[in-house]
Amino acid sequence: MTTQQPPAAVEPRPAPPPARRDRRSWTGWGFLGPFVAVFALVFLAPIAYSIYLSLFRDQLIGGNTFVGLDNYTQALQDDRFWDSLARVSLFLVVQVPIMLGIALLIALALDSGRLYGTDFFRITIFLPYAVPAVVATLMWGFMYGTRYGLVGDINDAFGVTLPEPLSPDLVLASIGNIVTWEFVGYNMLIFYSALRVIPHSLYEAAEIDGAGQFRVITAIKLPAIRGALVIATIFSIIGSFQLFNEPNILRQLARNAITTDYTPNFYTYSLSFNGQQQNYSATVAIIMGLITMVIAYIVQLRGMRKGA
Amino acid sequence: MRRKTSRLLRGIALLSALALGATACGGSDDEGSDQKPVSASDLQAALKKGGTVTVWAWEPTLKSVAADFEKKYPKVKINLVSERSGDKHYTALSNAIEAKKGVPDVAQVEYFALGQYALTKGLTDLAPFGAEKLKDKYTPGPWNAVTQGSDAVWGLPMDSGPMAMFYNKKVFDKNKIAVPTTWDEYVEAARKLHKADPKSFIAADAGDAGFTTSMLWQAGSRPYKVDGTKVKIDFSDAGAKKFTDTWQPLIDEKLLAPITGWTDDWYKGLGDGTIATLVTGAWMPANFVTGVANASGDWRVAPMPAWTKGDKATAENGGSSLTVPELAKNKELAYAFAKYANAEDGVQTRIKQGAFPATTAELQSQEFQNTKFEYFGGQQANKIFAESAANVADDWSYLPFQQYANSIFNDTVGKAYVSSTKLADGLKAWQDASVKYGNEQGFTVEK
Repeated sequence: MTTQQPPAAVEPRPAPPPARRDRRSWTGWGFLGPFVAVFALVFLAPIAYSIYLSLFRDQLIGGNTFVGLDNYTQALQDDRFWDSLARVSLFLVVQVPIMLGIALLIALALDSGRLYGTDFFRITIFLPYAVPAVVATLMWGFMYGTRYGLVGDINDAFGVTLPEPLSPDLVLASIGNIVTWEFVGYNMLIFYSALRVIPHSLYEAAEIDGAGQFRVITAIKLPAIRGALVIATIFSIIGSFQLFNEPNILRQLARNAITTDYTPNFYTYSLSFNGQQQNYSATVAIIMGLITMVIAYIVQLRGMRKGA
Repeated sequence: MRRKTSRLLRGIALLSALALGATACGGSDDEGSDQKPVSASDLQAALKKGGTVTVWAWEPTLKSVAADFEKKYPKVKINLVSERSGDKHYTALSNAIEAKKGVPDVAQVEYFALGQYALTKGLTDLAPFGAEKLKDKYTPGPWNAVTQGSDAVWGLPMDSGPMAMFYNKKVFDKNKIAVPTTWDEYVEAARKLHKADPKSFIAADAGDAGFTTSMLWQAGSRPYKVDGTKVKIDFSDAGAKKFTDTWQPLIDEKLLAPITGWTDDWYKGLGDGTIATLVTGAWMPANFVTGVANASGDWRVAPMPAWTKGDKATAENGGSSLTVPELAKNKELAYAFAKYANAEDGVQTRIKQGAFPATTAELQSQEFQNTKFEYFGGQQANKIFAESAANVADDWSYLPFQQYANSIFNDTVGKAYVSSTKLADGLKAWQDASVKYGNEQGFTVEK
């Protein structure tokens, strides 16, 4: 059979002509093209345009001028920007561990198999995530009200004076409460699905070795879902830095407590929509994007290195 | 250095362009810039041809005006968008102008905000449409506001806001409190009222830029001085001190309901006796009728409290014009509608529904002054408003970027309402932030 192989195939193949190589590479581009076009249009172009914008300054008097990196120098010395960044950082440090901790506890409880009605429990915890952030904030905003809201009703009914959730000292915590309520279910689902894929043989081995439930959690479950923990943390960091909806909506109820530069995102919004400072707004947005990227990257590196 | 010079040159160029506005109407823009004079017959032709006019305005009486207008000119359709007001309205308008897309044909713009839109050429100069001939129809205050001291006409005055004190007579009677005529009496009344009924407050004030500037205006403070691109901002004069000395105790003793204006809570508070007085512009009655219908008969009108007994000086609060944005699609129809609403039949329609006119003839007519307001228990409230209109203190001006300044009012002065910051310090912070913004925008701002 092998002898019947046509000799032509053995003949030295001529080097593919350059034209052919060209054609091959074009085929690749043909497949890649649609993606690249869309990617460039919706991803690269807006970033490029923002960077372009950040190099100019458009004034009410004097019009549009090229200012180089002036906007960046200004932003790096802008107290309002740093204050807002400090505020979301505080939010991040306090709210994210609480939220992820609760989510993890619920996921472990669901995964333990010792609960009745887990499906119902799971969907109930997850449900707030399905409520649009705007609706959720309006709802909580109403409950926080000391005049016509739930807090006010409780005060009236029991003759007590609860602290005002929308006062300047407490409003950040109140926002944290809303965000926790919204995202515990989402993070729980990430952890839960990661827990579900752990091979059962590990549990059996642990049982043979006489490990208790707590040991199973620390020695098997947590290390196995480290990837999911890192991902959820990164999402939460990004979410915290991009905090906007909640303060923006609550501001209608607490104008004096939530300033127009409350969070970096809200600051860029105010700069561009109240002050017509689109250029400076773009600058602040770019700096904020870079900071978020760096921090998310550090968390990812650290999280993954421990895992290795 | 060179950059600064060219910026200055551009500033001068822009200013001269503005000054020439009336005759050379916006010659710098390339599209729709060469606005030729539009004659009355041109307007008639446009009305016959018909089309759609999109109007962004929250003034409630415009609804009937639009209906009447459509009846009179069946080919014209008025698309009235009225759910936004205040900051949100200006944000939307500025965005549309910036994006050059979705710009309305007619936009309501309050007098305080006109400067900014006129300066940035967001609006059409209505003089070539014949608006300058309407000058004698209007009272001087509103006309000065729409012309910004130039030959251009940036809008047609819709109403004016000479201030008066609206008070809930039922609440005052029930607690046997005399209606205050001076601000000292007002503070006393506030204490008595809140003591008699802890659920009642003399007023709702959660920090409102428009109210505060009007109070300063009446107190004789003149914090803003504007001369072209030269601006001076100073909240440390005697008038400002008079205001902060009176208002600070009201805040400290928690005698003001911390309710933001125009919210659901606010309307509810006006209706159920939580808020006992409202010191605001004479355009308010129409809003009472539509927004606080359940309290009809409870409220009355009294002159604005004075700083010293017998002093009649008042101030303006709000008041707005209908403008035609530079990028409006159908300027002839837009102008025709604005003119109908603010200088023709629409004026009467609006007065009947409680609006306060800016037109001299209507203000002085017996019929107007003798009108009995059913909502105010048959009171001839227009007499008080007209008296106030005649006593508005002069020489007040707003910043050419007042809209931005107002947007950061609660960041600065607002602190005084919720923390230990004092009102005077809040005003200082507001001043500093406004100066900073003005300088960033190319104005020469002094403190």
